[in-house]
Amino acid sequence: MKGLGTSPGIGIGKVFLYVEPEINIEKKNIESPELEIERFNESINKAMEEIDYLYKRTLDEVGQDEAEIFTAHKMMLEDPEFINGVKGKINNENANAEWAVNEVANQFIAVFEGIEDEYLRARAADLKDVSSRLLRVLLGIEPIDLMAINKESIIVAEDLTPSDTAGMNKDKVVGMVTILGGRTSHTSIIARTLGIPAIAGIDNILKEVNHGDIMIIDGDVGEVIINPTDEELKLYKKKLQEMNEFKERLKSMIGEESISKDEHRVEIAGNIGTPSDIDNVLINDGEGVGLFRTEFLYMDSDSLPTEEKQFEAYKFVAEKLEGKPLVIRTLDVGGDKEIPYLDLPKEMNPFLGYRAIRLCLDRTDIFKTQLRAIYRASYYGNIKIMFPMISNINELRSAKILAEEVREELRKENIPFKEDVEIGIMVEVPSVAIHSKAFAKEVDFFSIGTNDLIQYTVAVDRGNQNISYLYNQYHPAVLNLINMTIKNGHEAGIWVGMCGEVAGDEKLIPVLLAMGLDEFSMSAGSILRARYQIRNTSKLEVAKHLDTILNLPTAEDVERYIDENILN
Amino acid sequence: MYKEEITLLNQTGLHARPASLFVKEASQYKSDIKVIKDGQEYNGKSIMGILSMGAGKGDVLTIQAQGEDEEKAVKNLVDLIANQLRD
Repeated sequence: MKGLGTSPGIGIGKVFLYVEPEINIEKKNIESPELEIERFNESINKAMEEIDYLYKRTLDEVGQDEAEIFTAHKMMLEDPEFINGVKGKINNENANAEWAVNEVANQFIAVFEGIEDEYLRARAADLKDVSSRLLRVLLGIEPIDLMAINKESIIVAEDLTPSDTAGMNKDKVVGMVTILGGRTSHTSIIARTLGIPAIAGIDNILKEVNHGDIMIIDGDVGEVIINPTDEELKLYKKKLQEMNEFKERLKSMIGEESISKDEHRVEIAGNIGTPSDIDNVLINDGEGVGLFRTEFLYMDSDSLPTEEKQFEAYKFVAEKLEGKPLVIRTLDVGGDKEIPYLDLPKEMNPFLGYRAIRLCLDRTDIFKTQLRAIYRASYYGNIKIMFPMISNINELRSAKILAEEVREELRKENIPFKEDVEIGIMVEVPSVAIHSKAFAKEVDFFSIGTNDLIQYTVAVDRGNQNISYLYNQYHPAVLNLINMTIKNGHEAGIWVGMCGEVAGDEKLIPVLLAMGLDEFSMSAGSILRARYQIRNTSKLEVAKHLDTILNLPTAEDVERYIDENILN
Repeated sequence: MYKEEITLLNQTGLHARPASLFVKEASQYKSDIKVIKDGQEYNGKSIMGILSMGAGKGDVLTIQAQGEDEEKAVKNLVDLIANQLRD
C-alpha cells in the first residue's frame, strides 16, 4: 500500500492497532457477590498500577502538568462514591462487576455531560477512560496505552493527538501509520522530531491490518507492507541496518562545525515545543534553538499560564543551552491551535483570522505577561524574542512599544534582565517577504516560517487533503520570496534564519545555503544530517545554479533540477 | 456534628484543580464530610460527588462533618475555599 511518507526511515515491527476496542457489557447473574467484589478490588489495583506507570513515564518524559491528568484518573479510581456504588450494585443485584462498573460510571458521566461546562465534559472523558480501563482489566483485554507498548511496534491509527504522542513509549515505537494528516500535521512533526518513520493518508489501513501483524514501512517513499514475505523482510532488514550505520556515521558529526566545503559557516539549530525537548536538541548537538513554540504553556491547561510558570519554563531552557541562542516565539494560537478557556469565536477562515500577534496586540494583558516572563528569563541565557504572523509594520511597532513598556516596568521594579535582547519577526506572510526591505530596518533578525509562508503564498489550506498536492516547498514563487527575504535582510545588516520544515529539507538545504541563509532551525532529528550535508556542499558551486532555479517555471522543474544538477 | 457555611468567590468555583484539592484535603480527616448545596448532599471525599455538584462562583455551600476531628476538618476546608483556592 502507498501513502504519503511524512517522516523518513524504515520501520519493521508488529502492528499496534490504536482503536478503542468495542466492549460489550452484559448483565450476568453471579453466584457469589463476595468473590465478585474481590475481583473488582483486584481490577482496581491492576488499573492503579497501570496509571502509576503512566504517571511516572509522563512525568519523566513530558512534564508535571501533563502527568497531572493521571493523578485525576487515580482520584476517580479511589473515589468512595464510585467504589461503593459498584459494590452496592454487585451486592444488591447479584450482578457481575463489569456491568456494575459500567452502570455506575455511566451515571456519573451522564451527570457530568448534563452540566453545560467544558471542564466537566473533559472529566466525563476522563471517567470514560478510567472505566474502560477497569472494564478492560476485568475482561482481560490487552491495554491500549501507547506508553505501555513493550515490543517494537508500528502504531496504526486514524490520527494521533498531542497527548497520544506525548504518552507513547518512544523507545519501542518504530513507525506510525495514520489515515489523516499531511507533512505538517502534528503526528508528522512529532515523528520527525523523534526520528520515527511515519506515513499518512492511507484510507483503508484500519480495515486492512490486524493487531499483531508484522509490518514494514518505508517513510522515504510512503510504502507500507503488511505481513511481508521472507524475502521482503530480509531486504528491509538489510536497508534498516544500513540506515542505522548511516546514523552512526552522523554521530561522528557531533562536535563538528557546520561549515560548507568552501568554508562558509552557518548555524544549525533545533525547534522545540516543550522544555524537555531541549534534551533531544542537545543530544544532536544543535547550536541553539531557532524556534521555541510557547503554545504548550497555554494549551492543556484550564487557565492562562502565570508569569512565574512561563518564566520557569523559559529560564530552564535558556540555562540548559549554556549561552547558545534561544529564539522564543510569542504566543501563536488561533488557526488550528485552539485554547478552550479563551472562548474565541469559531471563524470561517481561522488561518486568516484572529490569531497569533493579532490576538496578542488585542489582549495585551496576555502578551505583556509573556513578555515579562521572557525578559526576566533573558538574564539567564541568550534569549531572543520573535513575533509570529506579523503582516504589517504597524503591528511590529506596537509589539515593540509593549516590549519597551515591559522593560520599563522591570527597570522600575529592579528586576534583572538583559537590555539588548534581540527582537525579530517570523516571515510567514507574503506581505512581509515582499516588503522585507522596510521590515529589516526595524528588527534584529528574520526567521522564515515556511509552513505558513507556503500556505499563504499558494493559498492552500495545509490541512485539506483534497488540495494537499498544491502545498509544495519547491514552488518557485516560494523560493523567490525566501531569496528576497534573505537578500533584503543581509542588505540591512541583520541575520536571517529559517524555522519551518523546509530548513531541514535535503533538496533545499544546498539552495538555502547558496542564498546565504544564516541559521537553519529544524527538528532535532535532522540536525546532524543537515550538518553532514552542509559540510559536503560548496556554497559557491550551488550559487552558480541559483538564478536558473529561481527562474524555473514549475515546482517539479525545481525538484528535478536539484536532483540532477546539485545532489549528484 | 459541626458545620459552616461559605460562599464560593473564586472564578473556577469548586471545580477543576480546586475540586481535587478540596477532596484531597477532606480525605485526610477521619470524620464523614458532606458538602450541601441547594439542599442536596454530596460526599466531600468523592471527586465525582464534588464535581457533579457543579458549584460555581457565588454558590453558597454548607460544609458539614461528623466524627472525632469534625471541627478541625470543617475549619480547614472552609479556610481552603476562602484563602487558598484563588484563580
